[in-house]
Amino acid sequence: MLRYTVQRILLMVPTLLGVAVLVFFLLRLMPGDPVATMLLGDAGGANIPKEVIEQERARLGLDQPLYVQFVKWLWGVLQGDFGVSMWTGKSVAYEIGIRLELSLQVAVMATIFAVLLALPLGTLSAIFKDSWIDQTIRVFSIAGLAVPSFWLGMIVILLLLTYFSWIPPLTFTSFVDDPWENMSQLIWPALAVGYRYSAVATRMMRSSILEVLQEDYIRTARAKGVAERWVVARHAMRNALLPVVTVIGLEFAFLIGGLVVTEQVFNLNGIGKLFVQAVARSDFTMIQGLVMLVAAFFVLINFMIDMLYAALDPRIRYR
Amino acid sequence: MSTAAAPTITYKVPKRRHPVLQFMVQQPLGAGGLVVIVVMIVCALFAPWVAPYDPLTVNYSAMLAAPSTEHWLGTDSFGRDVLSRIIYGSRTALAIGFIASFWGSTVGAVIGVVSAYFGGKTDMVIQRIMDVLLSFPIIVLAITVVAVLGKNIVLGVDINLIIAIGLPMVPKVARVVRSSALAIRELPYVDAARAAGYSHARIIFRHIAPNVVAPYLIMITAFVAQAILAEASLSFLGLGVTEPTPSWGLMLSGADAGFYQQAPWMIVFPGVAISLAVFAFNMFGDSLRDWLDPKIKL
Repeated sequence: MLRYTVQRILLMVPTLLGVAVLVFFLLRLMPGDPVATMLLGDAGGANIPKEVIEQERARLGLDQPLYVQFVKWLWGVLQGDFGVSMWTGKSVAYEIGIRLELSLQVAVMATIFAVLLALPLGTLSAIFKDSWIDQTIRVFSIAGLAVPSFWLGMIVILLLLTYFSWIPPLTFTSFVDDPWENMSQLIWPALAVGYRYSAVATRMMRSSILEVLQEDYIRTARAKGVAERWVVARHAMRNALLPVVTVIGLEFAFLIGGLVVTEQVFNLNGIGKLFVQAVARSDFTMIQGLVMLVAAFFVLINFMIDMLYAALDPRIRYR
Repeated sequence: MSTAAAPTITYKVPKRRHPVLQFMVQQPLGAGGLVVIVVMIVCALFAPWVAPYDPLTVNYSAMLAAPSTEHWLGTDSFGRDVLSRIIYGSRTALAIGFIASFWGSTVGAVIGVVSAYFGGKTDMVIQRIMDVLLSFPIIVLAITVVAVLGKNIVLGVDINLIIAIGLPMVPKVARVVRSSALAIRELPYVDAARAAGYSHARIIFRHIAPNVVAPYLIMITAFVAQAILAEASLSFLGLGVTEPTPSWGLMLSGADAGFYQQAPWMIVFPGVAISLAVFAFNMFGDSLRDWLDPKIKL
């Protein structure tokens, strides 16, 4: 197990390094100059003396050769220093930190919603395969994949506005300060994102249970007279959960990405909105920091899933 | 001649239906999806004849008009006919959806087959690169690529947008196709081809590739849906298709919050169009998978 763990940790390194190289050099190909974008933004498009631009470039370290910039940045990242935002002048870690709570909370709430919906629906769909129950659930979940979450968000806002004259608040209230206000604000984006998420998990749950129900030990359980609902609850569901957990984990990592559009709709100042702003402002260090964060999230969750598999199934770790 | 009709013996030959018909009968949900797709393609191709109005004509006397017999789905804040804009928008969605999915899946499939065929170090390196691409969320990767490449419009279509939307598909297709190709590589006839001294390219394209067509086709249809969604999301964020080109995603972002309440049809119908299109392609893709090769997991 230890050998396998070390092996998996070592595999994470080239992936993250690859992400770092890709995002760093990709951004340098970008046509806009971050300094020009920033200064022109401030001065409303007025002409800015060349010296000022040069000075600013030197201050941000943009005048150095690319590989020097890259090594410096990577060295900082390894020590947990993601650099300074080229737009706000504050540290990237700070800018992300103040927004992470919101995005994470929406992501967690969406996950809970998705799991609560997916496990029973997927199981029902599998047990009553090809019946009208199955068809209804399948259509419901394929629809979940089809409806864009941002549009669903707009419709939700529209309904809330028409029937309750409720407008999404402009400022974020922390859960610690006022749980009620906080929940009433974040429940809607969580539902909008969670629907798609639950659809993915429901489909996985269905096919996973169907697969497990073919196994020999299920036949054995039925043969020895175990009631069908216990066969499903005890024998099938447990073993069917692993692939579902995988999907839920991977989707959670991607949820941060899915929030990019939804946060725009609900006017939430989270990670997703920060990313769109950073791209619009050619804020290189900010984009790099965010991409690294999301990729690290993804790689880490992947790693945890692999560990879970290995812990539950000895065949994997001795391969 | 006409007196005694020769007794005719009829054999019960199992009727071989045309594969399309067979698919329609076995997969009713997929058939439904296919019908919607065909209707959309027809609307897109013949948009000028199908659409009641010009999608760009501004009509200030009919601003924010509610759905009526004149404007079936109402008008937007410029008085442009929503139905006509949705019909013309299907051109954008389908063109970008098909081209992005086609290039992403094709490049991914070639990478997957090559990776499986050569194995060893080549496979290792290619798979690590694919891992890197996979660890970006689709929309994040697409936004970054759009920002880096800027706009490059050829024949009214933004080539760079298509590149950005297709790129996230490459590693996914490469993975699936690779695992199918790995099994085929071990078959005796591939050994035979190698022993006969055929070139790598010939073996890859003549002997292995035809056997991974099923996963390739399934992924193409599934990714058209994803591409349509991605285009809508990017256009909604203002990073995709730009005005005045009609695009479903753009119609949702043009509808600023102020008009929401007054004219809900402005946002309701374009969203329905997106959902219906993605739904149809997903249904069709799903059924195609069940029909061709149920073992493939997307």
